[in-house]
Amino acid sequence: MQLVLEKRAERSNTIALVSPLIAIGLTIVTMSILFVILGKNPISALGVYFIDPLTDSYSLQEIAVKATPLVMIAIGLSLCYLANAWNIGAEGQFLIGAVAGSWLAVKTQGTDAGYWVMPAMLLLGAIGGALYALIPAICKVKFGASEILTSLMLVYVADLFLDYLVRGPWRDPAGFNFPTTAEFDPVATVPVLIEGGRLHLGAIITLAVVAAGAVLLGRTIKGFEIRVVGAAPRAARFGGFNSNQLILLTFAISGALAGLAGIVEVAGPVGHLQPGISPGYGFTAIIVAFLGRLNPVGILIAGLFLALTFIGGEQAQIAMKIPLDVTKVFQGILLFYVLACDSLILYRFRLISSSPKVSRGAA
Amino acid sequence: MVLLEAIILAVLAASTPLLIAATGELVTERAGVLNLGVEGMMIVGAACGFGGAWLSGSIIVGAVCGIIAGTAMSLIFAAMTLGLAVNQVATGLALTILGIGLSGLIGSRFVGEKITPAPHLNIPGLTDIPFAGRILFGQNGFVYLSLALVVGVWWFLYKTRAGLILRAVGDNHVSAHALGYPVLKIRMLAVMFGGACAGLAGAYLPLAYTPFFIPGMTAGRGWIALALVVFSSWLPGRLVIGAYLFGAVTILQLHAQGAGFGIPSQFMSAMPYLATVIVLVLISRARTGGSTAPAALGTVFVPDR
Repeated sequence: MQLVLEKRAERSNTIALVSPLIAIGLTIVTMSILFVILGKNPISALGVYFIDPLTDSYSLQEIAVKATPLVMIAIGLSLCYLANAWNIGAEGQFLIGAVAGSWLAVKTQGTDAGYWVMPAMLLLGAIGGALYALIPAICKVKFGASEILTSLMLVYVADLFLDYLVRGPWRDPAGFNFPTTAEFDPVATVPVLIEGGRLHLGAIITLAVVAAGAVLLGRTIKGFEIRVVGAAPRAARFGGFNSNQLILLTFAISGALAGLAGIVEVAGPVGHLQPGISPGYGFTAIIVAFLGRLNPVGILIAGLFLALTFIGGEQAQIAMKIPLDVTKVFQGILLFYVLACDSLILYRFRLISSSPKVSRGAA
Repeated sequence: MVLLEAIILAVLAASTPLLIAATGELVTERAGVLNLGVEGMMIVGAACGFGGAWLSGSIIVGAVCGIIAGTAMSLIFAAMTLGLAVNQVATGLALTILGIGLSGLIGSRFVGEKITPAPHLNIPGLTDIPFAGRILFGQNGFVYLSLALVVGVWWFLYKTRAGLILRAVGDNHVSAHALGYPVLKIRMLAVMFGGACAGLAGAYLPLAYTPFFIPGMTAGRGWIALALVVFSSWLPGRLVIGAYLFGAVTILQLHAQGAGFGIPSQFMSAMPYLATVIVLVLISRARTGGSTAPAALGTVFVPDR
């Protein structure tokens, strides 16, 4: 007897719906085992991770704040992945967006520049991110260079560039030599939604991005082209769709959204430019995109869930001395289970007899 | 002369992990599997390798721990992509994300500890030859091993029947399957070899390059190794040239930083990454006539029954 994988006659819609839930369930089981190995009580650890952050308003706001960049980036990435263009350098585009927008904040610092500064910063951030994402995209369509490797290499370059700026030309002269710019002026910051709270305008922008993504994919020809190019490249060629143009377009959009997320983060919750503004948002967003099934609404839910793990991870570190790396392990395992469960939408397992002579049952 | 000798020694030391990891990935890709998780397998290899060496006091035990850890990681990848037919790109990314977390978890208790690094070969008479002596006869075991590995892989791929079958599987899995070769089993072995090499390459870093472990110490070397495989056009011989070129870029930027030409150090540190992008563009552009990549690279195979 042998367990083999075989293609389903048609995709299973039931599994498509429940697969993220199965994946989360399996991840939680695996994490419980890991907690036991670490010598922690798994029930209370899971409580700190997934329940406690949902019980007070500060943590709830913090989840929304963390989900903001994750969802914004993941919406862009989902367009790329649907079109079979592999942008994995969103982290770099996030940083360059933050740098591009911060340029205006630094230049207008202490001047009487008006309320146009913040919107202009967001625009610059989006443009910066889009241009930075176009580098690997152009290398791909012009020269055939793997966009996976080039986009990733540019993450390291962006990281070093930001480091140079805040230690060199943009360093706050009154900052005691810390590698940071001065706090942005009020006109250069993204306003909070509730006085004294942490939730900021970025959350509203993110919801708008989710809606725009849903309209683009579900209601426009371009969205249809993106999906066809990824799912059936041959059919797309016969249909006359230009896949190179779509690579450029999806990279530009995802770069713009990552850049926007970067400048919103810097001009919002952080308030100044410094190294380490991202705890790996650009990479976690890849998980968000897949967990959300490359669907805008799914991504919104998945983003909130992964933001929960960030907050839960911080609280678990404080309350139970569980290392922060557990959160990364958690996210990695989750992505594995999501991908594995997704495979069962198209395939199924069947137990077959090793002997080929035995007649097969009805398929 | 002394400076040149020092530079060559440093280049060899910096190139070795790239060469080992890239050699493993080359075999994996020649079997038609694109494992983007090299960085993740390397960093887990580094943490486990250092842990093994620190607990046992033996560099060899450390290296073996690294190899086992890398292989174990690659088995997760094999189960996903070969067993469950999951997209290889996405699985490779997942492997890297998981590896970075796992290495932090495993390595956290070793941060701040030191070990005696791998000893260098010393043959009285030969190693003392001026200039060439230390370069040829004064390296640590990993450097010789990496070169032996490349020769071994070249011999295997081009001079053995098994190597021919492996390449056939990578070029056309449908035909190979029709001829009766166990495609998935061959691919699994190739993935495991890639994982073992990545684990060893990772272990090299704390065992021979710097005698301590720091989280994230692979610093993108796994990704550069992937780029090297593209650079080499999937030929083992060119891998050696590529690895030493990249090692040279890394070392030259360090020397340039030391000399201080007034160029900010961050720009120098960005050089290896920028060089990777430029090389990828040049190589891919020169290859417009036709791809030299294994024809079935990165494609899913589910055997018909």
